[in-house]
Amino acid sequence: MADTIQNDASQPNNTLLGADELVLNMGPQHPSTHGVLRVKLKLDGERVRGTECVIGYLHRGVEKIAENRTYQQFAPYVDRMDYVAAVSNGLGYCEAVEKLLQVEVPIRARVIRTILTELQRIASHLVWLGTHALDIGALTPLFYCFREREEILKIFEKYCGARLTTHAFRIGGLQYEAYDGFEQDVARFCKDFERRIQDYVDLLTGNSIWIGRTRNVGVLSAADCIALGATGPILRASGVKWDLRKAQPYAAYDRYQFEIPIGTNGDTYDRYMVRMEEMRQSRLICLQAIENIPEGPIFGKVGKVIKPAPGEIYHSIEAPKGILGYYIVSDGTTQPYRVRIRPPSFVNLQALDKMIRGHLVADVVAVIGTLDIVLGEVDR
Amino acid sequence: MLDSILFYFFAGVAVLSAALMVTRRNALHSAVCLVSTLLAIAGIFLQLRAEFLFITQIILYVGGIMVLFIFVIMLVRLDAPIHQIRFRMQRFVAFLVVLALALEGVVILLLAHKLPGNGLLIQGSAPADKLPPNSEALAKSLFSDYLLPFEIASVLLLVAMVGAVVMAKSRKRTSES
Amino acid sequence: MSYAAAQALACALSLSPAMQAVVDFLKTWWVELVCGVVIVAAVPLVAGYVVLVERKLMADMQARLGPMRVGPHGLLQPIADAVKLLIKEDIIPRDADAFIFWFAPVISMVAALTSMGAIYFGPSFRVAQDINIGILFVIGVSSLGFLGVILGGWASNSHYSIIGALRSTAQLVSYETAGGLAIISALLLSGTLRVRAIVDAQADQHVWFIFLAPVAFFTYLVASIAETNRAPFDLPEAESELVAGYMTEYSGFRWALYFLGEYANMIVVASVATTLFLGGWLRPFSNVHWLDIPMGVLPGLLIGGLGVYCIYRAGKQPVKVQFGFMWAVALCCFGVALIYLVPWVVSPLRFAIPGLNGAFWFLLKVSGYIYVFMWLRFTLPRYRFDQLMHLGWYILIPLAIVNVFSVGVAMFLSSEFGWNRWLAVIVTTAFTLAVSVFLVRLHDKHATAASSASAVPSDSYAG
Repeated sequence: MADTIQNDASQPNNTLLGADELVLNMGPQHPSTHGVLRVKLKLDGERVRGTECVIGYLHRGVEKIAENRTYQQFAPYVDRMDYVAAVSNGLGYCEAVEKLLQVEVPIRARVIRTILTELQRIASHLVWLGTHALDIGALTPLFYCFREREEILKIFEKYCGARLTTHAFRIGGLQYEAYDGFEQDVARFCKDFERRIQDYVDLLTGNSIWIGRTRNVGVLSAADCIALGATGPILRASGVKWDLRKAQPYAAYDRYQFEIPIGTNGDTYDRYMVRMEEMRQSRLICLQAIENIPEGPIFGKVGKVIKPAPGEIYHSIEAPKGILGYYIVSDGTTQPYRVRIRPPSFVNLQALDKMIRGHLVADVVAVIGTLDIVLGEVDR
Repeated sequence: MLDSILFYFFAGVAVLSAALMVTRRNALHSAVCLVSTLLAIAGIFLQLRAEFLFITQIILYVGGIMVLFIFVIMLVRLDAPIHQIRFRMQRFVAFLVVLALALEGVVILLLAHKLPGNGLLIQGSAPADKLPPNSEALAKSLFSDYLLPFEIASVLLLVAMVGAVVMAKSRKRTSES
Repeated sequence: MSYAAAQALACALSLSPAMQAVVDFLKTWWVELVCGVVIVAAVPLVAGYVVLVERKLMADMQARLGPMRVGPHGLLQPIADAVKLLIKEDIIPRDADAFIFWFAPVISMVAALTSMGAIYFGPSFRVAQDINIGILFVIGVSSLGFLGVILGGWASNSHYSIIGALRSTAQLVSYETAGGLAIISALLLSGTLRVRAIVDAQADQHVWFIFLAPVAFFTYLVASIAETNRAPFDLPEAESELVAGYMTEYSGFRWALYFLGEYANMIVVASVATTLFLGGWLRPFSNVHWLDIPMGVLPGLLIGGLGVYCIYRAGKQPVKVQFGFMWAVALCCFGVALIYLVPWVVSPLRFAIPGLNGAFWFLLKVSGYIYVFMWLRFTLPRYRFDQLMHLGWYILIPLAIVNVFSVGVAMFLSSEFGWNRWLAVIVTTAFTLAVSVFLVRLHDKHATAASSASAVPSDSYAG
């Protein structure tokens, strides 16, 4: 790729403000790009006229690796894509393979999966909230969010031994039974969490500086969202009521009552409100689920060797960042022929250009933060 | 004794900075030397018990005007214009001007005693510590004897400020379109 | 000793006129010189410990502990930081202007330290004897720090340092206007620029000026936060922004000079606010005479109480070193408390009481003001630069102008028309607050309409 854009940062004596197009490079290493993302901003003075994202710094060839692993061997790899929400990745993959195998997962496993996935959604949104607030200048919410997330990670550690890349689920169900005290731990977390969310609301929601930095920043209309393929809280904040947990229920979501929050403006503030409300709704789902976890087996009828019939399947779930899809092609052997992953962050990132045009340079970090991207997912 | 030491120090700094200022090649170095000169002059004001003038010199001259100068020096590339300077007779003209000023100074100093009231060197006005504090005296006269000129000057400054904002804004609008 | 030898000795010991002049100078000015040396030596150290307090406070508000390793409870952290910064490699960018690169942080630091010369830290702790233009001197000289910012940004020879420096300077200049106008409100109430006289005026009027001009105090609070480049006004030097600010290219000790200059500036600004609005070194209720003795021993008792608390906490320390350290701190507290309480008992030392107590209350108020600075830093997000300038010019400066007017009207009403002073204050403050609400409403839509998005239509389905 020919790099035809000159970088003026080395000539300081050029006339500075109000200059002709200047290309500013937000390099792969930057505290606010949430990973190794390179954003080339075309500036006209202070305003952004266009952007170009350069990705691939974290490309690890996950999809190619899948072609050389068995279905069970590939399961830990998917955790490493969206490493902030590993459980969701695992859920998507396991459900996709189970759909390919046409195997039924017992209800107890589905319920426990739901609880863990919703806890992971809360954890992912907490990371997003902390880092987004930090980018905009509020130093404290980060630590409060990580304190809450610590409780969730402790639950994960007690459950499956790992905090971050959990590999919590297996194809066909669960390997580990819910440990003694699982319901109590989750109940205790949910009870504390209501008060903590109120802390974040107090700090940020009504704060006029916060509103000033996020209102009308990075507006994305509903039509644009659908055209660009942006999903998840971004889509919902623009007013489109589309959530796969309600539209195409998977796991045990059809057993529980919860709301889908939607926004009106499609700006950063609405995305913030949508994600805050989603955390509350996830908490409600967890509370409903732990009241009644059905008894039963936790593993379906899946043998040691997984050899699905030749065919293809596409299965998508509502990951915390958007719609996460797995397209698996099987050729009848123990290793998939092709695994194509549709990561939500990759598609959402394309909306960056549309969102940032006409804004000031200082808004770029706010907009990148509101997209909630994880480069592990974008690059795979 | 202390007074004269301080005076010679300030005066020396002022003269040295002024000399440096006119001999620097780099415009910003010149500006910094000018800042130093102004600060030294402010010190001399302080010695004359004109403390309001001292602080005004610092706030307005150094903190306002020199900051403005430095802004302009930074925002405008000076290399190109410097290469385009065609006027070659600078040194000669400068020499003439200095000669004229020096002659004038010598004439004034030598013939001052012939002027009424001893001319420049007025001896023995009120001793400085008997005068009312500088700021109070200034304020009293500004707001009673010289109120009208003060208000006129304020209006003038306001007009200048509004005019500058209007001119800068309209230029920006035309450049954006 | 023989007469001749004594005469020779006297000749040898007698001083030449020049030496005599120096000795005379020292005899007259030794207090000021000592105070000056103390300020220059102590302020950087104090500023370093203010940084430590900030880190510990930040940690406390963020549910963590802060520096704990270096020295007991992290108390040697500033020393370690200073040593590290001193031994760092001195990097000057290749095309940077070396002279100005060296000079700029020095200006910043010197301006902050010099402006401390006019401040009274207690009834008798000061460097300069009640300068005629006290407050004006402090404001004026501390504004020389702008030069340090702008020259530093330029000398770094980096595009973004210059932008950061220019923005920083623009912010400083704008908010200095608002701060100056707020100070004028307090000066109206005191009638003089002299620092000592302002506090004496508050003592004479039996009220701190914050109660007579509350809007002015809050305006000055906001303006001083912006002047010291603290959050929420720290965009020019924020770490997560693109334009990294004028301090980018500075490392090691030069950076330390800037940093310490910033904290010294905070102390200056807090001292000015304390002097003007919070009664300087006056104790609370300074006109209530039956509280003289209780409030008089209170500083000593408070410090002694702190020592007792340290001993109590010492028992809870898990590690032996911490135990010993807490006892050491407790003993220091008791020592200081003794210094405060002994003059009450030993009559010849009574003259020291007002000085000691005054310094205590002054430092307490300055610490409270700086605590508010830090508290706001950890709580509020950052303003974007255009929002910052908008706040300064559209809201704060008109409000400050209206406030000067209303304080003047309040004084006029109470002196010419014989209104009760408090009634006048309440009426005029209500008027000022109404104006401020009006201003905020008027410009609310600017604050939320962050930036008009470009009208360039683009088709998301295309391509």
